[in-house]
Amino acid sequence: MENIYLTIVLSPLLAAIIAGLFGRQVGRAGAHTLTILGVAVACGLSMYVLWAQLTGAAAVYNETVYQWMSVGGINLEVGFLVDRLTALMMVVVTFVSLMVHIYTIGYMHDDNGYQRFFSYISLFTFAMLMLVMSNNFLQLFFGWEAVGVVSYLLIGFWYKRPTAIFANMKAFLVNRVGDFGFLLGIAALLMYTGSLDYAEVFAQVDGLAAAQINVIGDGSWSLLTLACICLFIGAMGKSAQVPLHVWLPDSMEGPTPISALIHAATMVTAGIFMVARMSPLFEFSETALTVVLVIGATTALFTGFMGLVQNDIKRVVAYSTLSQLGYMTVALGASAYASGVFHLMTHAFFKALLFLAAGSVIIALHHEQDMRKMGGLKKYLPITYWTSLAGSLALIGFPGTAGFFSKDALIEAVGYSTIAGSGYAYFCVMAGVLITALYSFRMFFLVFHGNERIDEDARHHLHEPGWVVTLPLVLLAIPSLVIGWPTVGPLLFGDFFGNAIFVTDAHDVLGQLGADYHGPMAFLLHGLTSPVLYLALSGVVIAWYMYLKNPLLPKTVKDRFGFIYRLLENKYYLDDFNEKVVARGSRLLGKGLWRGGDTTVIDGILINGTANSIGRFAGWVRHLQTGYLYHYAFVMVIGMVVVVGWFIW
Amino acid sequence: MGLLSTLIWLPVLGGLLILALGDRAGAARPDRWLALAISLATFGLSLLLYTEFNFATAQMQFVERMPWISAFNIEYYLGVDGISTPLILLSTFLTPMIIIAGWEVIKKRPAQYFAAFLILEGLMIGVFAALDAMLFYVFWEAMLIPMFLIIGIWGGERRVYATLKFFLYTFLGSVLMLVALVYLYMQSGSFSILDLHQLRIGSTEQIYIFIAFLIAFAVKVPMWPVHTWLPDAHVEAPTGGSVVLAAVLLKMGGYGFIRFSMPIAPDASASLAGFMIALSLIAVVYIGFVALVQQDMKKLIAYSSIAHMGFVTLGFFIVWAILSNPVNSDALAGVSMGITGSMVQMISHGLISGAMFLCVGVLYDRMHSRQIADYGGVINAMPKFGALFVFFAMANAGLPGTSGFVGEFLVILASYQANFWYAFLAATTLILGAAYTLWMIKRVVFGDIANDNVKALHDMNRRESLLLVILAVSVLALGLYPAPLVEMMQPSIDNFISHVIQSKL
Repeated sequence: MENIYLTIVLSPLLAAIIAGLFGRQVGRAGAHTLTILGVAVACGLSMYVLWAQLTGAAAVYNETVYQWMSVGGINLEVGFLVDRLTALMMVVVTFVSLMVHIYTIGYMHDDNGYQRFFSYISLFTFAMLMLVMSNNFLQLFFGWEAVGVVSYLLIGFWYKRPTAIFANMKAFLVNRVGDFGFLLGIAALLMYTGSLDYAEVFAQVDGLAAAQINVIGDGSWSLLTLACICLFIGAMGKSAQVPLHVWLPDSMEGPTPISALIHAATMVTAGIFMVARMSPLFEFSETALTVVLVIGATTALFTGFMGLVQNDIKRVVAYSTLSQLGYMTVALGASAYASGVFHLMTHAFFKALLFLAAGSVIIALHHEQDMRKMGGLKKYLPITYWTSLAGSLALIGFPGTAGFFSKDALIEAVGYSTIAGSGYAYFCVMAGVLITALYSFRMFFLVFHGNERIDEDARHHLHEPGWVVTLPLVLLAIPSLVIGWPTVGPLLFGDFFGNAIFVTDAHDVLGQLGADYHGPMAFLLHGLTSPVLYLALSGVVIAWYMYLKNPLLPKTVKDRFGFIYRLLENKYYLDDFNEKVVARGSRLLGKGLWRGGDTTVIDGILINGTANSIGRFAGWVRHLQTGYLYHYAFVMVIGMVVVVGWFIW
Repeated sequence: MGLLSTLIWLPVLGGLLILALGDRAGAARPDRWLALAISLATFGLSLLLYTEFNFATAQMQFVERMPWISAFNIEYYLGVDGISTPLILLSTFLTPMIIIAGWEVIKKRPAQYFAAFLILEGLMIGVFAALDAMLFYVFWEAMLIPMFLIIGIWGGERRVYATLKFFLYTFLGSVLMLVALVYLYMQSGSFSILDLHQLRIGSTEQIYIFIAFLIAFAVKVPMWPVHTWLPDAHVEAPTGGSVVLAAVLLKMGGYGFIRFSMPIAPDASASLAGFMIALSLIAVVYIGFVALVQQDMKKLIAYSSIAHMGFVTLGFFIVWAILSNPVNSDALAGVSMGITGSMVQMISHGLISGAMFLCVGVLYDRMHSRQIADYGGVINAMPKFGALFVFFAMANAGLPGTSGFVGEFLVILASYQANFWYAFLAATTLILGAAYTLWMIKRVVFGDIANDNVKALHDMNRRESLLLVILAVSVLALGLYPAPLVEMMQPSIDNFISHVIQSKL
């Protein structure tokens, strides 16, 4: 199997290197053929790996590929851990990546950086695979930062745009704040266990849970809680949880295919995956779980609100991504890791679909992203329309769609949770359902229904993009609709994950939920009676009423609740805070230390000051050497008098 | 003549030969070809240090020993171990690069320029290879002369101020070291560094000796607050001078700590460890903020060097903090990570800062400006250069997979074992390092073409590409597979640790 795993990882890397370094030689067709081939190989083999894991044809694989270094008896290695959790992630990553690769042929066909773009997305696929397949923290951190760098390069892909190069730097720096915590978490685990290998760290969890560390004064903190919270800070950066979510909406400056691949389906879910992978640690720290729960719930609800006031089609989807990532995080906090990963999977399909559909609208309208200049597109873009509908229904959790199974189970699991903060979380995820439906269908109606508000010259060229664009839409719409049926049972209530995810009996909310589970159909029927469905439907109705039936209403609401509207439009003033207080404060501090510390005190007073005083002293002493003989004679006489006087005295 | 002597004297004599031949006019320019040939020959010979190296021992290897000034028992005593060999290889690897970097750029007195770098190379190797303290001191001080000339003759407008500052700072720093060495000789009757390691010294004397060494080495590293000569020296130095300064000269401070201060005065090191850690962390955090607001690219990279060298001293001195804070896992593993991290950081910083200064040199040769504000959208005109500059910037920001990550990662992991807050402050480099480096990249490389000068830029020529690609490959190789380097250092580091954790009182 090792050769298969290596092929999965290396084929996208090889394609990326060739397309990146020899882009001119292989040409545009060569670049996309090679990279698609690379990712297709990875995708096919990943599916085989998942199949082998499911049928038991392959056991859990946990081996070292090579030793990075060995220091002080600690082995730092690069290696793979492939179990069902990994295999599932591999399939999701490579499948969405393959779809995005194909789609890109259409989306970027007139772009000068065509080869560069394919090189980047293949490189990304490599980095993401390294992340999910890792069996140790070192490689996890490598993948973690590598996907961050590719994200940086891709957000700033159109490097002439000032907004793009601002957004990519912001994304990288905010992620670095998360990585800062992540690294400290890793260091805490290493300090106690003396290993960076998952299995060895997990094996020592009992000791970790009992260990204490002095951080402030004499107060002893639980080392495990501290480590888990630090690790979660990393997840907050990568998976854009409040307050480190600020980079994700701005990342929409990148081309749409990467918004679908990186900023919706895969990279941003790395944090979710990581916490699920670390479940044997998080399970032993309720404090950490509460932190996860509360941060996730806050993200789920409050970023959803911001989606209500956006006019840029991609930004609506971006805020919806933030909110859904919050849902997944809530599931992790409630110990329903399987539910979080299940939602991660369904979300990857329908959110990639929604982004690619948005991209299809954007290219059909010649790079117009403002929803106020859309409307009535249904008749021009039928495939985009129907696939968007599928995606939107899955997003709001319409019964029978993939999103229904994952979200409904998630919400119910949170309802069962008894961890501190679960009441707040339950409220947030319930209220979030209404908000999700509202912003999703606001967007859907504004884009596809109602009056046409399209520019005249755009209308002339308006037609559905070619098959390279629509095929991925259809291929993603199918799982968005139906993947829930066969997967909900085994993933949530069965033994799909085996030992990959660990839950203590006291936290086993999915187990409690599973007691009432009698197959997907019964689950569906049960869903029909739950308030979740009616919240979602009322969201759709409100959207229909406000944006189709009575289009003047939104303006009235906006005027009536001007304060709230401004608060949302200004993103709770968090960006302003970061720019005006954090960034400017750092620059002021830097300037103060430089001018005040280096230039004035060290150079001015200590260094040049010393030099100057020596100079001054020398200048003063120089007066003694006048060169006049009588001066010297005079001094000699005085000296003699003093010396003689001394003795006589 | 032994290998080490050859490595020292081949470039020195070669440099003198070039000086003697003087500038030759005409297209062929034999001086630079000769310089390149000598530097490449030195590099080729230095590879023998790697291939013939015994990875299993901590003993000094390639030893050459003969009396020099018998009256004071001063010897011509050379030898290397896993700590000094990587630094020698770094010097011999970078010198041909510097020669090539100055190939057609240096118009003024080119023969002297190349000769100065060759002589400097020999003296640098001498510093790392010397096992006699007086011999070390002679190389250490002699090295100042070519460096002084390089900045003073081929430097920028304020070169006189910068050279004087550089010279006085480093010279005054070394004087006390000489006093300490003489004291040690009077106690032991030997100048052999290995003998000095074994000398038992009282605690007060150790403190004095430590401080005398500290002033010399702290200036070289440079540590806060004796760092202000470095930005000025870098700004005025020609590109090659900046490269050698950042890549090799700064490492001598770190080398001094691990070869002299800590093994000779371990008890003083232990009692002053807190102070040293504080200075190191100030370098990381304070200098990080200062780097953020620099307007001059070279100054920014110079400050970034100071911050990165803070990790070197941090990794050295957390040894005692770790030992006094026992944790569950093996404390010596943490100690080993700290020292190894520092050593790797020195090598890696040599490559990355060298590459960064070369990148600025490429821009400076075209625009004659180092000001960030004069640039913008360089990648539009110079796509290849832009890609490499972004790569080195990422390495400078400690990206995993590049060599910049290895040392910082190990030192942060190790410092956590000493104290949570050490690791916390050290890890701020993840944010600060990325902030100052990428902000510069954003303003210089990315964006639309800022002005006509940028528009007229032409991409790197073959010579420049060759240099940066070689460095990029090295940075990547060391980041992806640091094991060979670490294996070379490990026995010496283990030996060092078992030595310094024993009290000499």
